[in-house]
Amino acid sequence: MSVSITLATASRVLRQLRHDPRTLAMLVVVPCVLLTLLAWIFDGTTVFDEIGAPLLGIFPFVVMFLVTSVATLRERTSGTLERLLTMPIGKLDLLVGYALAFGLVATVQAVVATGLAVTLLGLDVAGPLWLLLVVAVCDAVLGMALGLFLSAFAATEFQAVQFMPAFVLPQFLLCGLLVPRDQLDDVLRWISNVLPLSYAVDLMRDLTTNGEVDPSSWVDLSVVVLAILLALGLGAVTLRRRTL
Amino acid sequence: MNIAPAISVRDLRVVRGGRTVIDGVSFDVARGSVTGLLGPSGCGKSTLMRSVVGVQVVAGGVVEVLGRPAGSPQLRRSVGYVTQAPSVYADITVRENLRYFAAVLGAPAGDADRVLGDVGLTDHADALCSRLSGGEEARVSLAAALLGDPEVLVLDEPTVGLDPVLRRDLWDMFARLAAGGVTLLVSSHVMDEASRCERLLLMREGRLLADDPPPALLECTSSTDIEQAFLRLVDEAEADGRTVRATDARTEGGPA
Repeated sequence: MSVSITLATASRVLRQLRHDPRTLAMLVVVPCVLLTLLAWIFDGTTVFDEIGAPLLGIFPFVVMFLVTSVATLRERTSGTLERLLTMPIGKLDLLVGYALAFGLVATVQAVVATGLAVTLLGLDVAGPLWLLLVVAVCDAVLGMALGLFLSAFAATEFQAVQFMPAFVLPQFLLCGLLVPRDQLDDVLRWISNVLPLSYAVDLMRDLTTNGEVDPSSWVDLSVVVLAILLALGLGAVTLRRRTL
Repeated sequence: MNIAPAISVRDLRVVRGGRTVIDGVSFDVARGSVTGLLGPSGCGKSTLMRSVVGVQVVAGGVVEVLGRPAGSPQLRRSVGYVTQAPSVYADITVRENLRYFAAVLGAPAGDADRVLGDVGLTDHADALCSRLSGGEEARVSLAAALLGDPEVLVLDEPTVGLDPVLRRDLWDMFARLAAGGVTLLVSSHVMDEASRCERLLLMREGRLLADDPPPALLECTSSTDIEQAFLRLVDEAEADGRTVRATDARTEGGPA
């Protein structure tokens, strides 16, 4: 692995985004608009306090999944990936480069969205805010890693975009946001137990209700980090220097 | 002086989607030369080039570049490759593309501007690749392959869609590079580019029809131009093919 190639890759991905200001603006503005809408809809109830924080983790997850699967598919179909893989770049250089670039964007997204939620929208967060941000960024990187891996199975942009409802919506439905996980049917609970987003949402929820970080939070965070490493590893396997 | 060939291919066989697209091809490419790979679209030129670069899964045979198996990690700095479709990032500028590829190759910082000059795109350095014409984008892709002064260049139809002046300039550059010791394997389906090559590989349906310098090719086929030579070789091969197929049919029809 080479630090300079990794940083060059991250900088190239960020340049691609910089030349696309509309995408950059949407990455930051859309979560804010949705959170505002949600706070408004549930004005006068406690619903926003319950689901606001988990959503701060889910938005970056969904957005980064989409952006990365399209970006990687473009690398594959435009031939730039093939060109890179004939060059002295390690697969990890490429993956970590992407993770750094999108992680940075996710940090900006999370800081702005969390800032808006806890100030203007009055979201109550009992736990430390910095940990909320860390979890949001981890969620974003998880979405990125999954998007990168799954895009290997998409032959067209149409397919890549549909992986979002196919792989992200089930995680959203089962993560405990709609129905608490311990009230799910056994089979559904087992499934929800192996989906990484469930742990991210558990963690976010703990942070909003408990002032202190208990050991189970660290377990949840470790599961999310392990899921990121697993997805990145699987993603690396799909980067083939030699193809049919 | 190193007389070992820069590229050596023996009995190469490639099967894609159940179809044999390269069928027992062998040839050598001498160091510091320009070799043309000519043949109609779909004859297996690109697959052959992909095999030389080492990005193609091959079914059999040996491909060596600079004495190492094609695709070896040690070759990643010494082989420049241009795919048929321009493989550059459309959403960043020409210079940003070249600086990125230069960083990946570990080429000096000034290399991006040098190769831009080589392909005559200095004026377009700050243009987004998506705003370029097809020919300009192809030249950015070519420029990326020139970064870091590779010893071997594998160029898949680098002059397609270019005007005659640009094509001449690029072929002049190829000749200059070869004179400086670079080995070039250049594919084209335009037969008139053949005269710029020291050696020609004529390909059809996954097989080599000829591997000769242009004058020898014209002489042995009693032709006046490469296109005519190619057509004569195809006719000959088809005549042979018919006899072979007829023999096959008899064998298959006979008792098992």
